[in-house]
Amino acid sequence: MNPNDMSCKELVELVTDYLEGALSPADRQRFDLHIGKCDWCKLYVDQIRLTIQAAGKLTEDSVDPRAKNELLAVFRDWKNS
Amino acid sequence: MATQRTGDLGAKAPSMSASIVFRPIPEELELLSALRRRDESAFSRLVTAHHTSLMRVARMYVGSQAVAEEVVQETWLGVLKGLDRFEGRCTLKTWIFQILVNRARTRGEREGRMIPFSAMFDAQSEPGEPAVDPSQFNEHDPEWPGGWVSQPRDWGKTPEQSLLSREFRALVQAGIDTLPPNQKEVITLRDVQGWTSEEVCNVLGVSETNQRVLLHRARSKVRQALDRYFAAK
Repeated sequence: MNPNDMSCKELVELVTDYLEGALSPADRQRFDLHIGKCDWCKLYVDQIRLTIQAAGKLTEDSVDPRAKNELLAVFRDWKNS
Repeated sequence: MATQRTGDLGAKAPSMSASIVFRPIPEELELLSALRRRDESAFSRLVTAHHTSLMRVARMYVGSQAVAEEVVQETWLGVLKGLDRFEGRCTLKTWIFQILVNRARTRGEREGRMIPFSAMFDAQSEPGEPAVDPSQFNEHDPEWPGGWVSQPRDWGKTPEQSLLSREFRALVQAGIDTLPPNQKEVITLRDVQGWTSEEVCNVLGVSETNQRVLLHRARSKVRQALDRYFAAK
């Protein structure tokens, strides 16, 4: 291992900066080089991606109609005030 | 708006919002003028777009669904009353959530709850736990110092479908629920609600860097929670 190489331990702490596009060009290159040859880190990054994707499935879809009707009533009061 | 509000949040304005001049998109200007004309269908669209997110965000700060409903309703009223004063220096969405977060925080504090307050977070002075248990890495391996001791547990095939299963969703939610309040706040807005980092920084009054550190800690811990689930399976 070259002293400039990224270790697995370092990579797991940089994964968010990597996904957020916040790494310096040099670190980004070190990250890409590592991930290109380390299947275990690739697995780790995939799990982080899956975690993000899973969190994105938690949102509720529609507004409770009762709440919406109440708010429209609030709106009409405000409109007429 | 963001720069004005951060005053009452007790934090410095995020550098991003200070340097970039915000230009509203035409749809937003149309919506705003319809709202100012007291157009009910415009308000109805706004409610449809944001109400469930407002409820979810409010629940992070207050103790019950009922109180969250009150806070959200007060927020909508605050929005209506403030429309004519809204200066359009940020998006309507950011402005609405700034109102909500301020109100919900105040309410939560009054309830004596532990309130997430990312604006106060300082990554430098609050070191976090490592993303992965250090025992998973072999520090002294002559060839690969800091490399994995063994392959991270394989989660197997987790198709799109299983992400939606009730069991898996409950698991992800439980992982998020056990996070420290600051981390929970950021991961909920970023990954659950799908906001951009800029929106999160503007609404919470947190710097880009601190936002990213909180997000990193949160995601790492939720991944660990999922990993423990696959271990037990």
